[in-house]
Amino acid sequence: MPAVPAVAAIAAQSVSKSFGGVKALVGASIAISPGSVHALVGENGAGKSTLIKILGGRITPDAGGVTIEGEPAHSGIAASRRYGIGTVFQELTLLPFMTVAENLLLGREPRGRFGLIDRAAMPEVAERELAALGITHIDPRALTADIALAERQIIEIARVILAKPRILLLDEPTSALVEREVAWLFGQIRALRDGGTAIVFTSHRWGEIAAVADRITIFRNGTDVGCFDTIGEDEAITLMTGRQLEALFPVRTPAPDNPPVLTLRGVAGEGIAPLDLALSPGEILGIGGLAGHGHRSLFFGLFGAPGFSQGEIKQNGRTLRIRSPRDAIRAGIALVPEDRKSEGLFLPLKIRDNLTLPILARLSQFGAIRRGAERALVDDTIAQLAIRTPSPAQPVGVLSGGNQQKVLLGRWLLTKARILLLYDVTRGVDVATKHEIYDLVAKLAREGYAILFYSSDAEELAHLCHRVLVMRRGAFVADLPGVGLTAEAIVSAAMRESAHAA
Amino acid sequence: MQPDTTADALPRGNRLGHLIAQNIGLILAGAILLIAIVGFIVIYGIEQQRLPGNFELTSTVNSAVPLVFAAVGQCFVVLTKGIDLSVGGVVDLANAMAAVTMGKSLASALGWSVVILLVGAACGLVNGLLVALGRLQPIVVTLGTLSIYQGLAIRVLPEPGGMIPPAFTNFLVNPNAPYALIFIVVLALAWSAFRRSRAGVDLYAIGNDEAAARALGVNILRTKIIAYMLDGTLAAAAGLFLAASATAGDATTGNSYTLSSIVAVVLGGVSLFGGRGSAIGAIAGALITTLIVNILFFGHVNPLFQSFYEGVFLLIAVVVGGVIGGTIRRRPK
Repeated sequence: MPAVPAVAAIAAQSVSKSFGGVKALVGASIAISPGSVHALVGENGAGKSTLIKILGGRITPDAGGVTIEGEPAHSGIAASRRYGIGTVFQELTLLPFMTVAENLLLGREPRGRFGLIDRAAMPEVAERELAALGITHIDPRALTADIALAERQIIEIARVILAKPRILLLDEPTSALVEREVAWLFGQIRALRDGGTAIVFTSHRWGEIAAVADRITIFRNGTDVGCFDTIGEDEAITLMTGRQLEALFPVRTPAPDNPPVLTLRGVAGEGIAPLDLALSPGEILGIGGLAGHGHRSLFFGLFGAPGFSQGEIKQNGRTLRIRSPRDAIRAGIALVPEDRKSEGLFLPLKIRDNLTLPILARLSQFGAIRRGAERALVDDTIAQLAIRTPSPAQPVGVLSGGNQQKVLLGRWLLTKARILLLYDVTRGVDVATKHEIYDLVAKLAREGYAILFYSSDAEELAHLCHRVLVMRRGAFVADLPGVGLTAEAIVSAAMRESAHAA
Repeated sequence: MQPDTTADALPRGNRLGHLIAQNIGLILAGAILLIAIVGFIVIYGIEQQRLPGNFELTSTVNSAVPLVFAAVGQCFVVLTKGIDLSVGGVVDLANAMAAVTMGKSLASALGWSVVILLVGAACGLVNGLLVALGRLQPIVVTLGTLSIYQGLAIRVLPEPGGMIPPAFTNFLVNPNAPYALIFIVVLALAWSAFRRSRAGVDLYAIGNDEAAARALGVNILRTKIIAYMLDGTLAAAAGLFLAASATAGDATTGNSYTLSSIVAVVLGGVSLFGGRGSAIGAIAGALITTLIVNILFFGHVNPLFQSFYEGVFLLIAVVVGGVIGGTIRRRPK
């Protein structure tokens, strides 16, 4: 660990940032010394990516500021380039239908006759520069759309490193890399650090953090909760997850002892390894783990959007083919996604119309909707789910997020779906409504609905579910019984390199 | 400290393979152009019992030049993932202005040509500002300005007429020999220089992924405005060629160039989703479009059915091109 100079290469002082009422950062501070590697760790949504974008001048904080070598820094892409800041974003910024060489050399292309860009020379130049970084397996003439995801991530990193940044910001640079590639990256990071570059990086893999970080800052709920030279994994996880109100969650009912209504055997798809799973009526089966480890493919695969590429799904012992959402709906499977705006509700339409849209055939006689029957059904559902609205004629768009979720859930209940896939339904929902949703989920389970429940909030999984399966890199790495389960156990199973059942 | 390499050196994709796969649109456009040329010669030979000569070549080239310029202009905007429906309006405006202003001398005609090209650039500037600064959809903006530019053209030249100096006609579209090919070659050379400039690279970057391009520090505003201004200038040039061919002005003949420039760009392998294709393809597309009209003419197709066959041909070309392009890109490496 190099000596800490008095002035930080880059620092943020009490920065806050909100996006449409959601507080991403609340008075967060961090200081990075030149010639050091500083890891940012925290759960999803703790504000790490937002802080990196603020440090990199991509977004301006609502309050607080950034200093570079003690001087207040300007925001903006041009300014950050002037300061010698290089950022590797979580979302890749490669241009798909341009070659690897064109992407690598963008903005500093070799010039030939008449000052024009020497396109013919670009592949050789790129090849040379990549080779100097020890990359020899990526073809500079290929289109970036045609190379593998890990290769794209390496090119993205190489592009930033080649600009010889004085400050290097890496937002989950290893998410698509295998071990050998991570080792390569860490070699580059150490070389830059030894040359005096200040480096910030985020990762969800504790082994990587321990291997390369000189300092570790832990984030929770949009602010820094501790900065350490060394810290044990367990202590870090406790700090990351924190403690929440036990009273928020309903009393857990004992796990049912029913035969499974839905069994998956060897299903696989985009980003998920062959998985086995059994879900019983009355069960709340939690799916945990860090974002981007295959949960989404599992849930959307079960809903046929798109379906799994292989494997077998059985419902009550009968083989089920789910190739589109129509198949899933017909089998009584319903999906409530986290992004209800783009995946389910018609915001300008009335609550009533949103609820009854899929069952209008059942409510109609000779093609005309029976308004009386419709009203009774809608009023029932609003009461049963405690949807807070002055009238069924309100447009769904004016409801709060949690109440929108309830409308979507209500629609599926009306279609007589018996298998509910709840995908991070409490995301961005206020605490009071979260509490109502937990009660509702517990009540539906008691009524015999089979519920598959994913949440990015480990606390929720620990307190609500009968059983939690933890996913990492597309596979289940732990099967944790619900009784006595803690959020720490789930997060630690998701992060530990050699996970084992608790 | 030199770290381990991430992997052993792997065999590279073959250079020629990359060249074909990455330029498949252009290659297909070239193939279609070849087929169209052969088709024209065959039909002409059957009809006239002789091969087409200098006169046919010259008239084909001269009738193609306006579309070549309009299509290259359209190509700039399409590469940014935009579309320009006002091309026809600018062609009309340039055509009308030429007929009214040029008078009798070549000198005055050339002087006014510069002014008209600047007016075209200004039309493009208006489009570019509305699209890039106003963040409006290109299709809506240029639909609006199309009507405006057409209206201005009618205002300048309410009825067909005016005059174009014969010397100017001989200079742009000489009826005796296909000299106009020179303008097409110059346009292609200018394009390949642009392609190798900062603005050229930025144009492709924006069409590939505007958000990523912005994150990489590409000046979106400047690049888009450049694209629309070049487009407007080239559409005005198309208007000048059209006026020179007709030796008089008509404020409505340019209308068809909006759609035919889009057809030419598509046939030339430029993706309407932006970021892929080149003006060389657009030039080929414009030549193909012109040849098809000639083939239909010599094939004695009822002129009323002409656009029917053009449409059928466009769809066949796009579907076949898509299938072939898709197969080549999916081919295992």
